[in-house]
Amino acid sequence: MKTFFRAIAALTISTAALAQEQGPAINGNIESIFQYLNEDPVIEALQPAEKGLLNSYMNVFYNDGKFKAGLRFESYLPSIQGYPANFDGTGLGMRYLGYQNDFIDVTVGSIYEQFGSGLAFRTYEDRALGYDNFLDGARVIVKPGRGLVLKGVYGYQRQGFLEGRIVHSDGIVRGADAEWNVNSFKESWKEKKLNVTLGASLVSKYQKDNREDLILPENVGSYGGRVKFRYGKFTLEAEHIIKGQDPSFDNNDIYNTGHASVINFGYSRKGLGIMLNAKSVDNMSFRSDRDEKLQNLLINFLPAMNKVHTYNLVASLYPWATQPVGEVAFQGEVLYTVKNDKPLFGKYGTTFNLNASTAYAPNRDYSVFNAADSNGIAYRTGVFDMSDSLYWRDINFNIYRKLNKKLALRLSYFNIAMNNDVNKVSDYGKGYIKTNIAVLEAEYKINRKHSLRGEVQALFINKVQQQVTDELGASSYKSVLNDKGNWITGLIEYNVSPNWFFSIMDQINMENQESVYSVSVIKDEDLRDTDLFGLSLPGVHHFYFSVGYIKEATRISIGYGRQRAGLFCVGGICRVVPASNGLTLSFTQSF
Amino acid sequence: MKTMKRIVGLALLTGFFAFGTYAQDEVKEGNVKRVASVNLKDMDGKDFNTADLGFDGPVIISFWATWCSPCKRELNTIHELYPDWQEETGVTLVAVTIDDERTKNSVPMYVNGKAWEYLVLMDTNSDFKRAMGVNNVPHTFLLDKDGNVVYSHNNYAPGDEEVLYEHLLELSGK
Repeated sequence: MKTFFRAIAALTISTAALAQEQGPAINGNIESIFQYLNEDPVIEALQPAEKGLLNSYMNVFYNDGKFKAGLRFESYLPSIQGYPANFDGTGLGMRYLGYQNDFIDVTVGSIYEQFGSGLAFRTYEDRALGYDNFLDGARVIVKPGRGLVLKGVYGYQRQGFLEGRIVHSDGIVRGADAEWNVNSFKESWKEKKLNVTLGASLVSKYQKDNREDLILPENVGSYGGRVKFRYGKFTLEAEHIIKGQDPSFDNNDIYNTGHASVINFGYSRKGLGIMLNAKSVDNMSFRSDRDEKLQNLLINFLPAMNKVHTYNLVASLYPWATQPVGEVAFQGEVLYTVKNDKPLFGKYGTTFNLNASTAYAPNRDYSVFNAADSNGIAYRTGVFDMSDSLYWRDINFNIYRKLNKKLALRLSYFNIAMNNDVNKVSDYGKGYIKTNIAVLEAEYKINRKHSLRGEVQALFINKVQQQVTDELGASSYKSVLNDKGNWITGLIEYNVSPNWFFSIMDQINMENQESVYSVSVIKDEDLRDTDLFGLSLPGVHHFYFSVGYIKEATRISIGYGRQRAGLFCVGGICRVVPASNGLTLSFTQSF
Repeated sequence: MKTMKRIVGLALLTGFFAFGTYAQDEVKEGNVKRVASVNLKDMDGKDFNTADLGFDGPVIISFWATWCSPCKRELNTIHELYPDWQEETGVTLVAVTIDDERTKNSVPMYVNGKAWEYLVLMDTNSDFKRAMGVNNVPHTFLLDKDGNVVYSHNNYAPGDEEVLYEHLLELSGK
């Protein structure tokens, strides 16, 4: 016991010495978003009963290299539009205490952690998205040396935040992970050209059998391994995770096992980057409550295998998220910068970027299903066993060229097809939604402090057959544009460095063309055009004005206008944000 | 055994308290923001502790992501000025990407495709972003050689790099 005391004493002294040398880091941030919304029948925007909505949170973190602590207060009075329903009230939403040194790292409280590529376990937060699935419990990370890292986690997940209190999952989650960088085993291996990392994870959840009609597995495990090779400029990574029988709301109570596999290849040198990815997922929705849905209580993370687009018509109208019930997906991308030594590509060079991704339904053999047998196996499939049923396809490229000191242009083209019957992103979309989108972006530097940026975006959609009924009640088929038809977006942004920005955006839905939406929903011709200061403009306009003031780590912005309904996606998860019309004030501060 | 546990607990508490007071004595000019200590890997899988990066001169930490256009604009602009900045001030730029599993594979592709010479650290689960109190990207911090934040800016507009440069010159006493 004496040694223990000595250790404690030594620890205290060393911590103190360290603190004396550097001083602790106390960091944090605040964010507050207020919305005042109006009713706007043209874009189907509703006014909430409270009219005003307010989201706020504040984080404070203490860290001195050894001891760490953190907490977050959150407040939803009530939450802003489109935010998940399980965020409500004011209170302590996250807190932890921890201690770390070179050998061990122990944390008790709210834990964000990821094993490997997250296929087995990932807890994280995204406040903009309203996603927070931390594990409330304990975590230990041990580094015994020679490149080995061991992790253990144990706890209940955060399901939501109601009346200012954390709501926990019904089921408990336990996990362990080991990762070994083989090259760190021996000093002489460290500089070898081939670098190898191996890893393995095991995650298990326990939830009581809450059904009378079924015998449910109460302990469900998922496990697997991963490898990472790097050889000079080449990298190859792969992970494969298997999940045990887990009948749930997501998989319609089937007793199949599940799998998720990811393979990533990369090659890059100065001026050139190449990436190839492949993914196979089947029956891999894994939650700490089998009855949950939407984005709640996910234990693992299945990344979507396609590019995260940033232009608004590309990013938020028809995005794709991984189908946890099953998909086989591929992606490839090349980025190439032509240097300035060739006159054709200008003094500053030109960058070319090409990206393509696809996702297909898995191939499933349903003949193995036997109703007389009660094993509950619904089908048989394999790893990378795909059918020819297309879910998603995206081919896009962009060329960026800085013409001179003041002007730079980027031209982009996107060709996207998605199966709206599988991944429903629109209520009016029929079958495959196919779009061609072109974007021209220009950046113009007026002088040292003033600059302009503009975007013009145009989206053209495919035609489909839609049943229409005439005044006499006779129905016929008509070829019309899919979903809500074509869109045009224009954006102008004016920046005054380092403090101000002003922007005007207009998104125009060409409602005056015939689309599934306009012939079946909008009967009133008056709602198809926008009246602006007595000027009748074709199409439904969504004007949005914003002004921002930034001073170092403080940012205040005010926005006013219409925002169309869309899908707001970060990582593999999307949230539907309904259309709105009104004022948004936002304040962020980092300290 | 129970008393032992209590004593140990008490010792721990006093220990933390003691170091807390020490720490308070040392903080110069009130509450100075400092770089937090988080373990991250670079693109090659090499380990780094953010509080102990081991650079002699000033450090710029810039949070970015492959899907964040202003972030890329900022880092591409600084890329052209970086050799001069390094020569004049001895600065090192650490580009911390918050790309997660979905997009982190395109990080080396983008970084090399654009021929950046920064140290790129992968903050795949946003642990460092959280610890530094970053609301959204781009967010850029300028640190002195002891890891104190002397300037930070949460946005990028063309021209902002010159303000950063002025602070950098001031820090390096030029």
